Amino acid sequence: MINFSYTIWILIIPIFMFLLLGLLGMKFKPIISGVLGTIGLGVVMLLSYYAAYQYFFQLPRIDDAYQQILAHNITWLNLSASLQIKMGVFIDPISVMMLVVVSTVSFMVHLYSIGYMKGEKGFQRFFAFLSLFTFSMLGLVVATNIFQMYIFWELVGVSSFLLIGFYYERPSAVAASKKAFIVTRFADLGFLVGILLLSYYTKSFDFLNITGPVGIEVTRNLTQTFLGMSVATWALLLIFMGGAGKSAMFPLHIWLPDAMEGPTPVSALIHAATMVVAGVFLVARLFPLYSFAAPDALTVIAYVGGFTSLFAAVIACTQFDIKRVLAFSTLSQIGYMMLALGVSGYGGEKGLGYMASMFHLFTHAMFKALLFLGAGSIIHAVHSNYMNEMGGLRKYLPITHLTFLIACLTIAGLFPLSGFWSKDEILAAAYEHNKLLFMVEYLVAGLTAFYMFRLYFRVFWNKEPHYHHKPHESPLVMTIPLMFLAIASIFAGFLPFSKMITSDRLPFESETNLMVAIPSVAIGLVGILIAFLLYKKDNVRVEKIVKGLGGVYTTIYNKFYIDEVYMFVTKKIIFNLISRPVAWFDRHVVDGFMNGIAGVTVLTSRKIKGAQSGQLQHYAFFFVLGAIAFALIFIYLWQ
Amino acid sequence: MNILALFIIIPILTIIGILCTKDHVGTRLVSAIGMGLQLITSIVLIFMFYAERNAGNHADMLFMVDYMWFQSLNIHYLVGVDGISVAMIALTSVVSFAGVFASWEVKDLPREFFISLIVLATGVFGFFISLDLFTMFLFYEVAVIPMYLLIGLWGSGPKEYSAMKLTLMLMGGSALLLVGLFGIYFNSAPNGGQLTFNIMEISKITIPMEAQRFFFPFTFIGFGILGALFPFHTWSPDGHASAPTAVSMLHAGVLMKLGGYGCFRVAMFLMPGAAHELAWIFIILTAISVVYGAFGAIWQKDLKYINAYSSVSHCGLVLFALLMMNETAMDGAIIQMISHGLMTALFFALIGMIYGRTHTRMINEMGGLMKVMPFLAVCYVIAGLASLGLPGLSGFVAEMTIFVGAFQHPDTFHRVVTILACSSIVVTAVYILRVVGVLLFGPIRNEEFNSLTDAKWFEKVSTITLIASVAFIGIVPIWLSDLIRMSLKPILDQLSSF
Repeated sequence: MINFSYTIWILIIPIFMFLLLGLLGMKFKPIISGVLGTIGLGVVMLLSYYAAYQYFFQLPRIDDAYQQILAHNITWLNLSASLQIKMGVFIDPISVMMLVVVSTVSFMVHLYSIGYMKGEKGFQRFFAFLSLFTFSMLGLVVATNIFQMYIFWELVGVSSFLLIGFYYERPSAVAASKKAFIVTRFADLGFLVGILLLSYYTKSFDFLNITGPVGIEVTRNLTQTFLGMSVATWALLLIFMGGAGKSAMFPLHIWLPDAMEGPTPVSALIHAATMVVAGVFLVARLFPLYSFAAPDALTVIAYVGGFTSLFAAVIACTQFDIKRVLAFSTLSQIGYMMLALGVSGYGGEKGLGYMASMFHLFTHAMFKALLFLGAGSIIHAVHSNYMNEMGGLRKYLPITHLTFLIACLTIAGLFPLSGFWSKDEILAAAYEHNKLLFMVEYLVAGLTAFYMFRLYFRVFWNKEPHYHHKPHESPLVMTIPLMFLAIASIFAGFLPFSKMITSDRLPFESETNLMVAIPSVAIGLVGILIAFLLYKKDNVRVEKIVKGLGGVYTTIYNKFYIDEVYMFVTKKIIFNLISRPVAWFDRHVVDGFMNGIAGVTVLTSRKIKGAQSGQLQHYAFFFVLGAIAFALIFIYLWQ
Repeated sequence: MNILALFIIIPILTIIGILCTKDHVGTRLVSAIGMGLQLITSIVLIFMFYAERNAGNHADMLFMVDYMWFQSLNIHYLVGVDGISVAMIALTSVVSFAGVFASWEVKDLPREFFISLIVLATGVFGFFISLDLFTMFLFYEVAVIPMYLLIGLWGSGPKEYSAMKLTLMLMGGSALLLVGLFGIYFNSAPNGGQLTFNIMEISKITIPMEAQRFFFPFTFIGFGILGALFPFHTWSPDGHASAPTAVSMLHAGVLMKLGGYGCFRVAMFLMPGAAHELAWIFIILTAISVVYGAFGAIWQKDLKYINAYSSVSHCGLVLFALLMMNETAMDGAIIQMISHGLMTALFFALIGMIYGRTHTRMINEMGGLMKVMPFLAVCYVIAGLASLGLPGLSGFVAEMTIFVGAFQHPDTFHRVVTILACSSIVVTAVYILRVVGVLLFGPIRNEEFNSLTDAKWFEKVSTITLIASVAFIGIVPIWLSDLIRMSLKPILDQLSSF
């Protein structure tokens, strides 16, 4: 029996680094903080790799299925006789895969940041926050129960908040961090209520129980309905709402593009590769429950994912800020993953969508982190986010150019790069279940290739603007992560995912469906070709098209005005129509009433204080009057 | 000697010590030593309590002492503690310790200030250890009266008005409470025999239902006013806004908890039948408190008003959870009392420190404080995160325990109010982040603020004590939770007998 108890160090090291750098960071030289944090993460990465190696290759399987292991589980808080919050480390295929993804990307980002953040004020703080984030994310993926996941989910949210608002003197960064936190918090409300609802029936938070046969049986047999939907569907949809918030699914996506205000390595780590796929991970974690107890909820997930992928891809074609293009591309790709989960069944080859989703999560983490880090390298060189101020950079940034091109080809799904394999599996899964969504995904594949190569040609080819300083290639500490991730993007597709990560933990054979794969590559090539024609050289075709589209273009460019709708709801409705009247009501009605009581008391005392005038003749007069009154009462009433 | 007596003797000795000092240096030193000793005693008390329990003493109340005080009315000086009172005492000593350091530099009449402050704390300690209704009421008044002086003399803004308002409203609460307590007293021997104020004795008999129905609202509202129950909470914003820092800390941190504590120790424990019957009315009121307080806070611009409304929301959650009447929710309610006590004390301490530098509490007149006073700003962010329920800090533990407990009621009414209460976590995030964003981040709005200094050592002592406590509860909540749980049983038995 292999002992996995060392995996606890995967959590201890980052939190220790956070405390060390957070409390004492200012005492160190900046570079020391950076190196310490990076070394810590390096150890975490090696431990994760070792755990993955042991888990997939050494650990004996039971009935051919990968085991689920509770490496640690301690009680953190007793809630009721049946409900306890535990903290622990849960080892199963998806948690091990996520450990690898998170620690790899996080290590690369740490290393890259030593170069990228050099000379920034708050360098130590940056590394402390990165460690905090990594700790929270790792804690999330190894959660043994849904409440531990919720706890780390919130911690991830706050680390994201702190990192988006890293440049706290910049009002736009502060606004973006606030928006991200509040939107995801709103989604988490759904998550929380979903957990409460689910655990009320399953009497447990533990994944082993709720996604095991007993939990599924209990959830499936729930007869209560609310507004025509079973309680199980409600609970799981509410939990998905939490996932949709974190993974920025429509209509809770608005925070992600703004989150690009954070430093670029942060965007790579949090807002591309790890945190934003937490929603996908959540659904995957509870997948047996979704599949058996609430198939309706899965259908919703499929459509939400499909719609988001199209919606975001369309917007990505019009944006000029390169980080925003990548942000919308992230939305679109996560939509793919959600869709794959939504169309998946449980067990064996029916679980193709599940496998494909996890596969795409893995490859996407590599190539999207690469794209963001590449974008960071570009921004580092030209000091701008806008592609209008770039062009012809291939001469100045050879390594960045090459790695970026690899990433673009990968995301466009060209054979034999990793994006091809994972996207193909998703398309194959969709093809078998839902033809409409399948066609949508073909369209998205084309759009993806187009907007990525629009970006690529615009930045690396096209007309060279006048640069104030000659752009220069980034230092090695930044280009090594790029090269590593480029290699990962190329080869990750050859990993035998269907043998490792499947819905029922049993390996199966998956084949490439040529009927699906060939057209998808062809569509990708068409997208690239259009981008080539429009953006390779500076020309007037683009402007003509934009003019031709008119209002449609403006609407897309303004992201379908969804932000404005939210603004209206928060500013006008919540602030002006709820909060302001509440404040007024409190001051004038409730408090007014209390003051009124006081006022009446004062008034009464003023009126009757005349009786105490201090003048003898008054008293005598009242005395006589009283005596007569009493006398009359005694005489007439007493008898 | 009984350890509980120390909680009264130490403050009295401290006051005598203060009277002997000549200048403000001596005064603050004596106060700090006194409150430090108090803190140590309360930690010792926790260990003694555990030792006693582990030794197999399963009495409901430990360390009981009983002196006859007024024979003809059967009034006793009767004290004793269970896990809940031990936790509340620990809270009080932490907050009063931090409070002394937060008011280190009081300029006017420091001696009188510290004496009043310590009298207030004594009242609170006495309240938490009392098991006799009359003694309890007496200590309650001891805690409320110095408040008038403290706000009226050392306050700011319209201090006479606020002091008057706060004291009168709380006195109004006392009046209701007195009716309730006498109601209990005169019904404490339904089958003849001697009337008693002894809580433990009364809990053994059943007060006639008609009497319960009549006196429960008096007692519950009487305590509820102190616990900022809607619509009797309006003393809180004005009172806090005018009060000096340490007074706000003690008041919001501890005094408001007397309300919640009294509600379950007296009203619900002694009148469980009426508690069950009338719970729904108060559940509605408290659910309103929770949401209303949070929305009220969004619109405020004065830091203290924001925190006062936030307190209305958080204290509403305490009463809300108590009324759910199951182990989990009540456990959560008490954790919430302690968590809110620490958190709000931290907030008021920080607001006082910021105000002492900028001379304004209006958030729109400030901005970018992170740059000039990073220590205070980071502390403020931590307090804010605790308030919006970040895991790892105490607020999360309390809120989650409450929500899980409240969710054990499967009927629609409880579900609706619970979800409503849950929604406050979003609204809380909105106002906390708004304050943090405007106050601490962004560019510095006022040139003069560039020359401000960061926290001094005594301010650091004050805030670090509170933050450490908040984090301790947040990271290892099981100790506090189990401490409370072992003492909830008598109360739950009492409630479930109906």
